[in-house]
Formats: sequence, structure tokens, C-alpha cells
Amino acid sequence: MHRLPLFVAALVGLVLALAFGLPWMKTPLLLALANGLSVLGVIVLVRAGQVSFGHAMFACLAGYSVAFAARAWHLDALLLLALGTAAAALAGAVIGLFMVRYRGIFFGMLNLAFSMVLFSVLGKFGGITGGTDGLRYDRPTFGFMHLEREGFELALLLLALLLAVVAGWLVQRYFASVNGQALAAIKTNETRLEYLGISAKRVFWGGYVLSAALCGLGGALFALTQGLVTPEMGYWVRSGEIVFIAILGGAGHAVGAFIGAFVFEFVKMYAAALLTGAWQMVLGLVLIVMVFVAPSGIFGLLQRRLSGVKA
Amino acid sequence: MIAPTNSVLSTRGLSLSFGGVVAADAIDFDLKAGERLAVVGQNGAGKTTFINICTGYLKPTSGQVWLDGADITGRSPREITRLGVGRSFQLPQVFVEHTVRQCLMLAASAVQPRRGWWQPLEQAVNADEMDATLALLQLNSRSHDRAGELPEGQRKLLDVAMALILNPRLMIMDEPTSGVSSDEKHELMAVVMRALDAKQVTSIFVEHDIDIVRRYATRLAAWIAGKIAADGPPDQVLNDPLVIKNVIGE
Repeated sequence: MHRLPLFVAALVGLVLALAFGLPWMKTPLLLALANGLSVLGVIVLVRAGQVSFGHAMFACLAGYSVAFAARAWHLDALLLLALGTAAAALAGAVIGLFMVRYRGIFFGMLNLAFSMVLFSVLGKFGGITGGTDGLRYDRPTFGFMHLEREGFELALLLLALLLAVVAGWLVQRYFASVNGQALAAIKTNETRLEYLGISAKRVFWGGYVLSAALCGLGGALFALTQGLVTPEMGYWVRSGEIVFIAILGGAGHAVGAFIGAFVFEFVKMYAAALLTGAWQMVLGLVLIVMVFVAPSGIFGLLQRRLSGVKA
Repeated sequence: MIAPTNSVLSTRGLSLSFGGVVAADAIDFDLKAGERLAVVGQNGAGKTTFINICTGYLKPTSGQVWLDGADITGRSPREITRLGVGRSFQLPQVFVEHTVRQCLMLAASAVQPRRGWWQPLEQAVNADEMDATLALLQLNSRSHDRAGELPEGQRKLLDVAMALILNPRLMIMDEPTSGVSSDEKHELMAVVMRALDAKQVTSIFVEHDIDIVRRYATRLAAWIAGKIAADGPPDQVLNDPLVIKNVIGE
């Protein structure tokens, strides 16, 4: 795919053009990038043939870590982002110890179960978590500078774009690595992996922690964009959305995560405006069409062109 | 129990039952370096159970297994593989979505002394070793094809290649010629045996085809009802009346 760098540059240029040309677009663009990072996390697991229906819990955990730290210590946005990601990675490292034993539907549902426990805890312990109303916090400094909302959003957007490009490259690089290839081998033949002397569980644990960290990064970015976190961030519907976006964009490549996230955000935005109360139907129809027409997602459709292969 | 000496693989009193079915019945066995042992027996005789115990897939109810004098009883497939036992399967166990070369590279990366988890797979292995192994198993023309697209015979060769690139001391193969046409069997087996000889690997192979056994085995063990009923040079074992009656069926 020798045209891929150009394609990515064009996407980055488009996002910047939209952000500067239509200032109201900054928030939806930020939310799409935040979602894209979380989807990237899910794509890592899809590489191993596993689908999690609870990964929004890591975005939620990161979001709450950001909120707690912002309220308690008034940390800078960059530190909050790092803290949220680290908290999600740590949670992923612990939860992953259980998860690596399961595959298929058991893996998917066990993740969902963990996410629902978190959702309930956040809702019930209102004194600490703000209950269903969530936690609101003041806009933090960015790079130790106090910025107005416009400036803060723009800075956050530029950072999010940079993070998206770097994270996307790192994930693709991981896929090409020894462990990334072993992760892909889990999907097709775990038995052979063990008979090569490679621990499938250890490889999968590494992938799980990476996926949790990426979801956490997305969640922390989401929380910084909104200035508010609620238990809804970890609700199973959110986890379903992340999987939905992965299928929509194409789970075979990191770029698919972001294409899916942008398409999802804008279809949702316009469908909600034009068909109030029925926007889910539009998203559902889009997914049905995609599954039939392009099972490898939007990016799967583009891949041949990017490879320079003539049809 | 004292570990037997001068054997690559030894078992003493190796037993395993599934409910009331005895799949391995107090098996005492020794394999010397350089031997090519063929294992024959009817379905359900306990051949695969025996190799499953020796490669860690099953744990025996009693008895012990030694590899080069080291007790490996009950150890995991991963540990036993790392100690020097390669295995191929009746149904080839390859990574169907990887290319032939990627399958081999992933296998080779497992035995790199300093395997960098972040290193690109191509850089983590020795390209010359890849090419040599592909040539040895006659897979070089298919190196960029997906393993899942290979015909059964070549998939079997890849299965063997993935185990062989680990540089095992002992190679255990479960029915390496099953699922392959009778014309292809000898060609496939010749390639496998040439590769084993080139790497000086002691081997055990389970086989149903007596012609293959006669041609490629230096020793033959006949399994009947979880026990070794006859063990020795192939011609001698194949003329044993018990083996003729219960295994060959002539």
C-alpha cells in the first residue's frame, strides 16, 4: 500500500480543513478521534479473532481517572491524558490475567460482565462517583497554559490528530512484530503456537493490555473534550458501538478504525438531526449494507486502490 | 525411579485410562538416538495417546517419561517443545491465514535466543535458514502462498517444517502420510526423511501404510490395546503372528 501515507496525509488535511473552516466541527471531530482510538484497541483483539463487548469499561475507567485527578489535583491536560491511559492499561493488565483463559463468546461476555459491574459501581456509589449524573470538572490547563474553550479544543484536536497517527502507526508496527504475528496466529491455531514453545496466553495478555491502553487513551480524550464523565461511558451499548465502528471502518487496518469513527460520528449527527428518535435505525441500515457489500469495511474497499492494483 | 540412560526418549509404567478404557497400559519403552521408529496399530490401539503423553498434551495416570534422562512427565507441550521435541499432527496444524514463509518465520522466532517481541518478524529470524528449510521441505515455490491454500501434502510438509525449524532432538509425527494419495505418500515421506537425516533428528512416526513402514523405519513397534505387543526390526515385527492377526489383518 504505497499510497497509504498520502491517504493518511489527506485525511489529516481534511480534518484540519474542517476544524479551521467550520469551527463548530471541532467537538464532533474530537469525539470521532477519541472513538477511533478506542476502536483501535478493539481492532487489536480482533487480530486474535476475539471480540469484546465490554471494552468501553477501559474508556470509562480512564475517563473517571481523568475526572478524579482533575478535581483533586488540577493536573494539566497532558498529564491527565497520560494518567487516564495508564489507569486503563493497569486495569487491563489485571483483568487480562482472567480474560486470557477464555475465547470466543465466553471472552466477549466476560468482558461485558466486568463492564456492567463497573457501570453499576459507578452508578451506586454516588457520593464518590457522582452517581448517574457523573462528575464534572473545570477545564484543565493545556501544556501548563490557561486556554479559553476555543483554544483548548483546537489544541486538544491537534494533539488528538497526532496521537491518532502515532497510535495507528504503532499498532500497525505491532501487527508486523513477532508478538503481533503470534497474536494473529491465536486466531487460527493456538495449538501449534503452544507446540512452537510460544505461550498463547502471554501473547494474548500483551495484546489485551495494549487494547485496554488504547481504549483508555480514547476515553481520556473523550473525557477531556466533554469536561464531564458519566457511567454511560462504560455502558454495554458503548462497547457495542466500538465493535460496530470496527466493522464499519474495517478491522484489518488501523486506518479503518478512524474512518469508521468519522463515518459513525457524522452519520449519527445528521441522522439524529434529520430523523429524531430514529437515528439508530439509520446506523443499523448502514451496518447491514456494509456487512453485505463490504464485509472488510470501508477501508477494505479502499485497500485495493491504495495498493495501486487495477480492478 | 532412576532415569534410564543412553536413550533419547524413555517411558516406564506409562498408563492412562479414559473412564474404563485403558489407552496406555504400563508401557516401558526406550528410543535410541538415530532411530526411525514406526508405530503401527489399529484405530484405538493407543498410538496417538502415547505420543500425546510424550508431547505433554495428555497427563498419564501413572508412570514416567524421560527425554535425554530428564523427567518430562506431565510437563506442558510448550515446555516439552522447548526441551527439544518437535511434533507434527495427523491434521496439519499450521497458521492458515499466514503465508508459508510467515508460518516458518514465526516458528523460527520461537527459538531465537533473544527474541525481541517488538522486532519485525522478518528481522527476528535468519533469512538463509528460512530459505534452506523451505528448500529442504520442497516448499520454496509456495513460500508466499497462504498456508490455508496449500494442498494437503504440502500442508503436511509445512507442519513438519514448522517443527523441524525448532531444531528438535526428537521429532514425533502422527500419521504424516494420512489424507495424501497413495502416489504422493512415498514422495512426501522421502522428503520428510531426507530433511530429518539432514538435521540428524531421531524420529517416531505413527503410520498405517505398511509399505511406508518397510521402506522408511529402522525399527517398528506394534500397539495392541494400549500395549506394545511387538517391538524390533520391521521385518521381524511384521512377521509376528500376533501383529499379522491384530494389526495387518492378513
